[in-house]
Amino acid sequence: MDMSEEVLQQASPGLIPGSGTARAAKPTRLSPSFISWLQAGPMMLVFLAFFLIPLVFVVIVSFWDYNEYQLLPALSGRGYTDTFEGCIAQLPDLCTIAKTYLKTLKLCFLVWAITLFIGFWVAYFLAFHVKSKTWQMGLSLLCTIPFWTSNVIRMIAWIPLLGRNGLVNSGLTKAGLINHPIEWLLFSEFSVVLALVHLFTFFMVVPIFNSMVRIDKSLIEAAYDAGATGFQTLVNVIIPLAKPGIVIGSIFVITIVMGDFITIGVMGGQQIAAAGKIIETRVNALQFPAAAANAVILLAITFLIITMMSRIVDIKKEL
Amino acid sequence: MKEGRPRSFYVLAIFFAAYVLFLYGPMIAIYVLSFQGPQGGLTFPMNGVSTFWIAKLFQGTGIVDLGAAFRRSLLLGVIVMIVTVVLSVAAGMAFRRKFKAQSILFYSAIASLIVPSIITSLGISLEFRIIDDLIKAHWNENFETSMGLLTSGLGAHLTWTLPFGLLIMFAIFNRFDPRLEEAARDLGATPWQTFRHVVLPIILPSVIGIGLFGFTLSWDELARSSQAIGAVNTLPLDLQGLTTTVTNPDIYALGTVISAVSFTVITLALGTIHMLNKRQAAKGSDAGQGLV
Repeated sequence: MDMSEEVLQQASPGLIPGSGTARAAKPTRLSPSFISWLQAGPMMLVFLAFFLIPLVFVVIVSFWDYNEYQLLPALSGRGYTDTFEGCIAQLPDLCTIAKTYLKTLKLCFLVWAITLFIGFWVAYFLAFHVKSKTWQMGLSLLCTIPFWTSNVIRMIAWIPLLGRNGLVNSGLTKAGLINHPIEWLLFSEFSVVLALVHLFTFFMVVPIFNSMVRIDKSLIEAAYDAGATGFQTLVNVIIPLAKPGIVIGSIFVITIVMGDFITIGVMGGQQIAAAGKIIETRVNALQFPAAAANAVILLAITFLIITMMSRIVDIKKEL
Repeated sequence: MKEGRPRSFYVLAIFFAAYVLFLYGPMIAIYVLSFQGPQGGLTFPMNGVSTFWIAKLFQGTGIVDLGAAFRRSLLLGVIVMIVTVVLSVAAGMAFRRKFKAQSILFYSAIASLIVPSIITSLGISLEFRIIDDLIKAHWNENFETSMGLLTSGLGAHLTWTLPFGLLIMFAIFNRFDPRLEEAARDLGATPWQTFRHVVLPIILPSVIGIGLFGFTLSWDELARSSQAIGAVNTLPLDLQGLTTTVTNPDIYALGTVISAVSFTVITLALGTIHMLNKRQAAKGSDAGQGLV
């Protein structure tokens, strides 16, 4: 509780203690706490109705029973047992569900590593090499605009490039490097990772850039004057100071990829199983408790990853 | 620091350029391909140049009723935009003062941003299913559903746009000078007058930014709509449906049209922000204007 207040104090310095001073003027004025409720209440209601209560329902329904037609509001673990069906009997072989989660984690890790690499250097370039504010804003905007356009369009944009008769294949064939078109370019794990990196590197660039522009340039000069090489400055000064941005960006990318079912569906040719995809499949089969059970598992894994990451840095302080 | 650019500048400049090319290259490819001739296919080389596929969209002869989906998405986007702006500004004002439950609201917003969209979407659909069941059981047996574009759909989109709106408000008030409000109060302005004539004009450019986020995030939203929108589809959902059956440049034409709307909104918003900033710079200070 007190930590969030600290953050808010940072966000609006001087406002919190000062707000009470000019209040004595008229007795008819609404009390400040009532005004706060009036101002923040509507947003709180939206989150309550469309986020918090739905989450509670996900947990409750995950323990309900079901048949082919409907939900049965009776306590049952069937959502979970159906999910893990045969997992213990199959040991030491991994069952489908375990394999699916492992594959999701693998995709997640790949996308995280690549977006972090690209995002870090793009942010580094913008923050330290682009000196003029106008250029900095213009180039950041250039990176931001695609984020505002449809994800599906950005996914299908790979079809003319990676397809069987796409630019890459026809180019390589014409250059005499291959005889047959490469089949794994599209509708494969490769294309899924490529599309996810294409879609979500933005979420790395922005927070890392934000932490980097806040770094005091004189610290870097001091490191330079003290005889540090560029690499030493990077490892000992810039990376530690940019860590909050790195962690926030990582949390975004990881949670998005963990829950993704659309990109994996479209770019994987509906062939690759992933955690989000299981939920969608269960919903389409009207097996809501099983879908909810998977959602709870996914939520738990996501929560675990975020907790581990926020151990590294206090996220709230950085927002 | 040193004069001249270090070698790392050029290496990173090339890296940055490659990233931008990676970002835009494929998108430009489909914009170009959507202007294929009537015999055109899904890949290069182009088979003639025409507006055949785009015209076909607007004739409504395609696979889905795009006109209706287009209007639905537009309606939802505009409503989401208005609600996001109003609620974010209000809540942003509230956060400048201490109030009970502010950390609950803050954590809800952050959690809403990072809980995977499919879970939020599933939760909303379960919630509305349960509401439907209750209505059927207690009031009206023939009740169909309370899910819809402007009930569950609107709510689902707001859980995505409001956190962005709130975070932008934090950023705004981070660099807002409260002395301006104190001055207004000293001159006898009511709180509402202070907000209307002092605070709002100053924060207006960023508020337009919140509107921009609200509209475009809703316009292109997919994951949260997927389970929560009810029986009808938004444009991105129709587009996603097409990806499994795609055989001709219809889908590129649709992509081009959707992007054109996004880009128009972005340009309008950025233009307005720029204009407001210029006006502020020109009229914001009366220094040197004399006493008249």
